[in-house]
Amino acid sequence: MRPFDYIRADSAEAATRQVADGGIFIAGGTNLLDLMKLEVMAPEALIDINRLELNQIEETEDGGLRIGALVTNSDLANDTRVRRDWPVLSRALLAGASAQLRNKATTGGNLLQRTRCLYFYDRAMACNKREPGSGCAAREGFNRILAVLGTSEHCIATHPSDMAVAMRALGAKVETLKEDGETRQLTLDELYLLPGDRPDRETVLEVGELITGVVLPARVDGRQTYRKVRDRASYAFALVSVAGIVAMEDGRIARADLAFGGLAPKPWRDAQVEALLVGETPSEALFNKAADQLLAQARGFGDNDFKLLLARRTLVSVLTELTETRT
Amino acid sequence: MTEQFKMDAPATERRLDDMAQGLVGAPLDRPEGALKVTGTATYANEWQIEGMVHGVMVRAPGNSGRVVLSNREAVAKMPGVLSVIQDDRLLRNPAQGTANKAPVQGAQHATYLGQLIAIVVAESFEQARHAAQALKVTLENGEMVPVDPATAAVEPQEDQTLDQGNLDGAMSEAKHSVDVVYTTPSHSSSPMEPHASIASWEGEDLTLRASYQMLKYNRNELADSLRIHPDRVRIISPYVGGGFGSKLGLAPEAVAAAIAAKELGRPVSVALHRQQVYEATMRRSETRQRLRLAADSDGRLSGFGHDARVSNLPGETFAEPVLQASHFLYAGANRKMSLELARLHRLCAGSVRAPGEAVGVTVVENAMDELAHEVGIDPVELRLRNIPEKDPESVKDYSSRRFREALQSGAEIFGWAKRPGVKERRDGEWLIGYGMASAARINALMESQARVTLLPDGTARVETDMTDIGTGTYAILGQIAGDMLGLPRDKVDVILGDTNLPPAAGSGGSWGASSSGTSVYIACEAIRRQLADRLDVNEHDLMLKDARATYANQTKALTDVLQGDEIAKLGHVLPGETSDAVRQATFGAYFAEVAVHAASGETRVRRMHGSFAAGRILNAKTARSQCLGGMTFGIGMALTEELTFDPRDGHVVNHNLAEYHIPVNADVPQLTVELLEERDDWASPLQAKGIGELGICGAAAAITNAIYNATGVRVRNYPATLDKVIVGL
Repeated sequence: MRPFDYIRADSAEAATRQVADGGIFIAGGTNLLDLMKLEVMAPEALIDINRLELNQIEETEDGGLRIGALVTNSDLANDTRVRRDWPVLSRALLAGASAQLRNKATTGGNLLQRTRCLYFYDRAMACNKREPGSGCAAREGFNRILAVLGTSEHCIATHPSDMAVAMRALGAKVETLKEDGETRQLTLDELYLLPGDRPDRETVLEVGELITGVVLPARVDGRQTYRKVRDRASYAFALVSVAGIVAMEDGRIARADLAFGGLAPKPWRDAQVEALLVGETPSEALFNKAADQLLAQARGFGDNDFKLLLARRTLVSVLTELTETRT
Repeated sequence: MTEQFKMDAPATERRLDDMAQGLVGAPLDRPEGALKVTGTATYANEWQIEGMVHGVMVRAPGNSGRVVLSNREAVAKMPGVLSVIQDDRLLRNPAQGTANKAPVQGAQHATYLGQLIAIVVAESFEQARHAAQALKVTLENGEMVPVDPATAAVEPQEDQTLDQGNLDGAMSEAKHSVDVVYTTPSHSSSPMEPHASIASWEGEDLTLRASYQMLKYNRNELADSLRIHPDRVRIISPYVGGGFGSKLGLAPEAVAAAIAAKELGRPVSVALHRQQVYEATMRRSETRQRLRLAADSDGRLSGFGHDARVSNLPGETFAEPVLQASHFLYAGANRKMSLELARLHRLCAGSVRAPGEAVGVTVVENAMDELAHEVGIDPVELRLRNIPEKDPESVKDYSSRRFREALQSGAEIFGWAKRPGVKERRDGEWLIGYGMASAARINALMESQARVTLLPDGTARVETDMTDIGTGTYAILGQIAGDMLGLPRDKVDVILGDTNLPPAAGSGGSWGASSSGTSVYIACEAIRRQLADRLDVNEHDLMLKDARATYANQTKALTDVLQGDEIAKLGHVLPGETSDAVRQATFGAYFAEVAVHAASGETRVRRMHGSFAAGRILNAKTARSQCLGGMTFGIGMALTEELTFDPRDGHVVNHNLAEYHIPVNADVPQLTVELLEERDDWASPLQAKGIGELGICGAAAAITNAIYNATGVRVRNYPATLDKVIVGL
């Protein structure tokens, strides 16, 4: 860990300026401190935003929720409104990390956590994300946990968040404050960048731009679930995960909001998959067609080839669960 | 006053059955347990010593070539930095268990990626870590070296070769046969406490506060590494936060701390980073195992073949003893076995959690399950039919063996009779299966010493350099001494983990309890004789209980017998003729129920039972805990644990606890353990055998056999991760 300055921010505005001067925000620090100890990240200064008033969950006028950036994963997962109306989010949060980490990790920090690619964490290995232009040791290395969608020749890392996958399925918007005082709303699709030739750039956030909260739209009808497939029962990152919100009308699928984790450098959502399902009668053949669409552009790199089969089987299983008639 | 005892004949007297205090066998708590869970037990790295500074070790970034530290002088000038040391006495890799001498040393050349080739010392830990990370290490004139056991050159282990009868003939004539290849990956011990040492010198005398399992060997290994006399070295290791084999032999941080402390004239603390524990301590070798089983129409074995390939670094003699239990577990007149060692440049292979049997018995038990299906009989019945009367190779008797009872009783407790057929039972989206496997582990008695002192106040003190690695040594030595001297448990003080005390067998190979326990027993017997002399009675007519002596219709307080004196005896046990006169081993059986998700292939163990026989149980609680731990690691071996290596340079890719998947609480269901009553007179005067590792010796096979029962999928390359299961669903 390199020596660094520590500054406690008094206001969101001040925090954005302090980061623009060469710092980095720290909230829960559950990922950042590990990366700093390894010197994978070596900021000049930590701007501690934990004292900012961003830890509230409020109802919005249109029936949605505004979640402050500092709301912990535990508090959000256990909020009675979230559990009742956005259960996919609660389930996703509880599928992530461990109770201890969830007590510390925040909503904003969860969105911005770094990949778990093992080559990213090892400074002796080439990594374009850590050191642009150095190459990608993971591609021909041990790549079992890495991405099969949205990759580039420069990077095949996955985004590790469960929470963000649920938020993407829910159509959540991220609210930010820039250094110049301007605020904006971004969908998760807009927030995250694909690696392309600059895998070190992971979001569209500008220098100093602070995530202040996340807005969930009003609840929608339908069943919700979050299915996380992983190597052990807890404290393991998703190999494949599916966040699904499916509504049925007269035996046909009326809504199918689906997002995927473990497959790509960002929480993945494919409008064509959803379009293919809506208006149709559920069947295994239909679900497999949806999987065909989802995986049309997917490619594995050897150790992670199984993710194509696993994603297909998981999607079919989740859609079966969400569309089956309950007695 | 040394009482020496050599185990040359069976100890048929079974005195511990008759002691009035009644401590041995009782499920007593570990006396140091509260200290550990409240953070008040001082572990190696937690000592605060006046003037202490901190060292952080630096890794080689490749697997071959001469080490060059290109910015060494700049790093030496960084804030707080006291020294950058690259010394030829640094260890290339840890010493193997019981090596008793230095392992391969040298810091000038890299042999594997992750080798610790330098140490940076600074005033604070943070300064040392930052400087260590700033040190630029390059390797010059490196060569392409083998890192893959499938293609590396191999050395046959001639002493492991067996060819008895005609296995090929038996295979071709067999009514039923199995000829299968299984692989198991490398495992890491992953103790919770990383390897850590604090070295401090007074003149030419070195004190090392450290975390090791076998101190008398470790002292000699450290002295040899530093080229000083062992009398100059003291190692203190009262608490060990898990070892699992990785702390049997001296590891790199100890020598680095000693060298740095000598150079700087200040105490130096060195703790390995978690990544360094994975990269530079010990791995269990991966194995490739071919099993050949030939059987008649009833499933009775006529042939048993086991051929294995393991690997290690150049220059290391340790070869994972995969065949160890194959020699005596099952019948079969025609037997063929071989072991070969591939030479490659991955971190050192050594003892990890029951070397040999953990992976060897597991694969035998998978092959037996395959044979049971071939023959079409109950897998338990197949095993019962193949329990040999005598050791099938040496034709020796077994010292004790309640193998049959473990199989039968375990099946009864688990409800094995209600097992489903293959792919027959379902619970929603989960496929349900049952599986079982046998357990077997060799037993050994090792030389060990302990001093027991009966003090004038009627309390006792037990002193030995034996270690407690979380296994219950403090508890059981107190129980043995308490029973023999007639003292409540809290009147016996047990002092361990200091080479200034009498040298013990150390914790490893499951031999610690019976070996060090026997030394305590021997010393106590001598004390009893002296008490009897004072009372002028036969020692066997003396009943000691609650610090009172009862004899010839009289009762007298021990304090009155002692009259201000203390009685101190050194017990010294040596293995003798019983080691080779009979086959000594422990046995058991595992039963598991799993659920495999029909879509994702994820496996969850729903319940698991183990029935074990390991001679006298010295403490029912700590023995059970050992079995629970072994079965838990069995779950890990079956489902998740794999040390993965980069195919190009052989470095450990998953070098942390987030990615090296040992089981977490959610992976471990209700586990039940049955400990069968047994006395083994050939093993020791305690009639106890080792139970430390028995819980893992085959456990994984019960789970993978259950996966087959649930799904019809045979995963023959461990671990049975979901990707290997879904291809067959």
